[in-house]
Amino acid sequence: MSSAAYTRTTAEPEWVLPSRGRVGMFSLIGAESAVFTIFVVAYIFYIGKSVAGPTPADVLELPIFSTICLLSSSLTIHLAVRALHQAKVGAFGLWWFVTMALGTIFLVSTGREWHHLIYDKGLTVSTNLFGTTYYSLVGLHAFHVTVGLLIIALAMVFTLFRKVKPEHGERAEVFSLYWHFVDVVWVIVFTVVYIIGR
Amino acid sequence: MRKASTADADSEVRQARQVRSLAREVAAIAALLAGVLLAATLCFGAPADPSQIPSIFRPQSTPANSILHLSLLVLAITGAIFAVVFSLLAYSVRKFRQRDGDDGREPAQVYGSNQVELAWTVIPILIVLVLFLATARVIHSIQDAPKPAGAIEVIAIGHQFWWEFRYPTLGVVTANELHVPASNPANSTPTFLTLLSADTDHSFWVPQLAGKTDLIPNRSNHIWIDPQETGVYLGQCAQYCGTQHAKMLLRVYVDSPQQFDEWVREQKRLWVSNDTVAEGRRIFETTACVNCHAVAGTVADGRFGPDLTHLMSRDTIAAGAAPNTRENLRAWIEQPDSIKPGSLMPAMQLNEKDLEALTDYLETLR
Amino acid sequence: MSSESIALGTVIESARPIGERLHDWVVTVDHKKLGILYILYALFFLVVAGIEAIIMRIQLIVPHNHFVSPQTFNRMMTMHGTTMIFFMVMPILFGFGTYLIPLMIGARDMAFPRLNAFSFWMTAFGGLLLYFSFIGGNGLYGAGTAPDVGWWAYAPLTSRAFSVGHSTDFWTLALLVSGIGSIGAGVNFIATILCMRCPGMTLGKMPLLAWLNLVVGGMVIFCISPLTAAQIMLCIDRYLGGHFFDTQAGGSAVLWMHFFWIFGHPEVYILVVPAFAFVSEIVPVFSRKPIFGYPIMVAATIAIGFISFSVWAHHMFTVGMSAYGNSFFVFTTVAIAVPTGIKIFNWLGTMWGGKILLRVPMLFCIGFLFQFLIAGLTGIMLGTAPFNWQLSGSYFVVAHFHYVIVGGIVFALFGAFYYWYPKMSGRMCNETLGKWHFWLFLIGFHLTFDFMHIPGILGMPRRIYTYEPGRGWELWNLIVTIGAFFQAAAILVFVVNLLWSLRKGEPAGNDPWDAWTLEWSTSSPPPDYDFATTPVVRSRRPLWDLKHPEDPDWKYE
Repeated sequence: MSSAAYTRTTAEPEWVLPSRGRVGMFSLIGAESAVFTIFVVAYIFYIGKSVAGPTPADVLELPIFSTICLLSSSLTIHLAVRALHQAKVGAFGLWWFVTMALGTIFLVSTGREWHHLIYDKGLTVSTNLFGTTYYSLVGLHAFHVTVGLLIIALAMVFTLFRKVKPEHGERAEVFSLYWHFVDVVWVIVFTVVYIIGR
Repeated sequence: MRKASTADADSEVRQARQVRSLAREVAAIAALLAGVLLAATLCFGAPADPSQIPSIFRPQSTPANSILHLSLLVLAITGAIFAVVFSLLAYSVRKFRQRDGDDGREPAQVYGSNQVELAWTVIPILIVLVLFLATARVIHSIQDAPKPAGAIEVIAIGHQFWWEFRYPTLGVVTANELHVPASNPANSTPTFLTLLSADTDHSFWVPQLAGKTDLIPNRSNHIWIDPQETGVYLGQCAQYCGTQHAKMLLRVYVDSPQQFDEWVREQKRLWVSNDTVAEGRRIFETTACVNCHAVAGTVADGRFGPDLTHLMSRDTIAAGAAPNTRENLRAWIEQPDSIKPGSLMPAMQLNEKDLEALTDYLETLR
Repeated sequence: MSSESIALGTVIESARPIGERLHDWVVTVDHKKLGILYILYALFFLVVAGIEAIIMRIQLIVPHNHFVSPQTFNRMMTMHGTTMIFFMVMPILFGFGTYLIPLMIGARDMAFPRLNAFSFWMTAFGGLLLYFSFIGGNGLYGAGTAPDVGWWAYAPLTSRAFSVGHSTDFWTLALLVSGIGSIGAGVNFIATILCMRCPGMTLGKMPLLAWLNLVVGGMVIFCISPLTAAQIMLCIDRYLGGHFFDTQAGGSAVLWMHFFWIFGHPEVYILVVPAFAFVSEIVPVFSRKPIFGYPIMVAATIAIGFISFSVWAHHMFTVGMSAYGNSFFVFTTVAIAVPTGIKIFNWLGTMWGGKILLRVPMLFCIGFLFQFLIAGLTGIMLGTAPFNWQLSGSYFVVAHFHYVIVGGIVFALFGAFYYWYPKMSGRMCNETLGKWHFWLFLIGFHLTFDFMHIPGILGMPRRIYTYEPGRGWELWNLIVTIGAFFQAAAILVFVVNLLWSLRKGEPAGNDPWDAWTLEWSTSSPPPDYDFATTPVVRSRRPLWDLKHPEDPDWKYE
């Protein structure tokens, strides 16, 4: 039995602490940032060091369209979350679906790029240092996009079954932090791989 | 009164006797302990030949010397810090211990003191600055030392589990036992080593000559030594490189300049053909030996294993794992795992006769 | 082994079938049970890794010994280090943190109870995976082989070319898995401490254990991830033909070292800061004074947290970095000695003018102070690069880090055990057995690790399965091995004490030590819900305020 023998003094100022979900998600984002930083450092360190094989300038093309899709999905997920906060579940569902579509386009586009690189240009993860670092970094990012899309798809299913309510706004917002993080990472990866490294 | 005093005297005598017998017991235990320690020391602590102890505190070369001087400064500073803090700790445990018969009141509840805390922040910062500056100076003096004209150049290549030494300007190739000339401070002839690796990470450490530096594949490192006294200095690989890391030993022979020139001349000689060992030579050159080993002056020019041209000029085989005797050589060829289990030399599967002939041939590689 | 068998008024509990009670432990998300699970798991691996150490020490008792083969020794060496760090010290510290943090901040559980359970089971699975290598190392039909590449697993020794079979993969994957568990624990610590404190407990009023674990949580987030990244890269190299660390293809062995030590150095601070936390809670109580300089202790810990991410290459002084590179890392390494030293002074300041009670927890903390001081000083020696060029890779380093981990962290851990065991179990530990444990372990520790510095100075490298006679190393190796047996005996006494006290220890009551933080206001062991009503606090020592209403802390803070 706990003897919490304190008297609650009267007229206490309100005791407000940060939200667990937000703090937890920011911590997770911190950890993931550290992982990505290591892969980016490896990529930058090995620029120009491949002993043989295709170089970035030889084979890489700027993925403009898929980048626009992914970055727009940050906007659409923001709109979705705002709609949910305003109790507009229908609008939420719509923007959420668009987000999912944009993310899927990004992934499919990456897949097509890789198909082209592997079969037409002969660049695989084991070809040379460029191949290793490129597929690892872009692949790690694509993995994070995939995980995000799975969660979005799950929430989409819940929405279709009308299980999503305005009180879930906080959770959707916490998830959207992850999605924004994924987009910020893409900006960095895009800059390092397709602009600086080429 | 008198009776009491007699009783007192009796009990005093008894006490004195008790104290004496206790003292005897303590003395006996102490003697026993001392005896055990002495025995242990004699068995295991029998002072090794001091010249064989590769102590960092007996430097014989400038880099090791600079390190020693820095280390004495560091030891002095850390020793002083230890003395001060330990005294404070011992004192507080003694002085502020709760005594029996304590009144049970809590002591003065002190939360901190700005002055004290400032003092014990500023003083460590100053100490740290001194240490850093002293250290940076030594780092630069060792790492950025210029190479004088008379320097001997050696390329050291680390292998699992042996050392390859090449003298590019002198045209010498040898293994495991490094020969360098003693360096006279007036006319300095230091040895500058370029450190490379053929496989995994290794580290070149001969404590009396210099600090260790790693041999890393796809990277070249540089160290220098300028030993002033002749002699043999011991070391070994200091970066875990696999199963036989423990037996990748180093011997550095510091010769007088004349001895060194003599050694170089010997090492550059090609193998002198000798028909009495033709059979052994045939075995060597037709079995797998030539895949790994080289003998200058013959067709054998394998690079994976040590160069054997002057095998018999070395005191040890298998990177110091065994003395260089006929028995050990035979055993090594027959079954390397008997000397160095996990080394990359395969058992050669030769019959008795071939083994004898081969050993005869190897013994001519002087 | 749980509250069920001891707490008052739980007759119904102890009559439940054993299967049901075990099931409770398996599916629990209660922070107290998970804390105890972490601790028990770690104690098991303490014994296992201790046996691995004894095997190594017997092999090294004389030169050219044949107790075990070189291959076996190298596996013992790798497994001992890996197990002690990842499956002993880290779990036990997470365990104490998980148990104590909610109780000390007036919360009912951690922020994410299910994540807590997930983290524990991931860590547990990682350990089992690592040890499965003994059976399955070379593939299903090969002879079992544990990893033998050292706990730091330098490239390219870990490449497919030099590490044949799967033993290295067990190392990589086991740590990847447990790393995920660790990151989960880090997230949970941060979220709990920031978001679950009871009313009145501002950040400036929480116990130092909570502050220090907050810093640890932050460090875990940024420190374990680089190791995870490096291990993913190693997997890509080994399985997919990647070239991250393939020196033949232009890859860099040094890059692995950088990534590993960017993890490895903050990691050792993750190990030591919770030990600081224990000492910061125990020393005030047994000196009968508040901690000296609370704000500076917090600031120093945060400083340590940040600086620890800038010192990593002091593990690489021999790699051939430029003079400027080496100098930079010397600077950061000696700089971190300042906040660390400050903490030692603050603990001394706490004891100064107090009324010190030499009970078992305090004995271990005094041992900690003495030994951590020495360990820090040998650390400074190692931080001055040229001195490091002689001492690194030798037994001097082995002596140094064991001085920190065993002489510092393990001593503090034993102190924590004796201090909080009454809270967790409701029983006091046997004081006599505790003193035997302390003195045996102290003697064994000093026999082993004091004398271990000497072979290093005399040129004996580390990670060697045998050594040459005649170099003056024999006597010291003998003494070191003898000390190991004393330590083993002490651990035996400790385990006996834990078990004996569970049944026969004196009932502890809520607050056996007359302490001042919130966990001592609950029953021993606490009820499932920790606190019936959420406490409200006004100072750093809420129970002091209650016990001394005429002289409460909040008047002075």
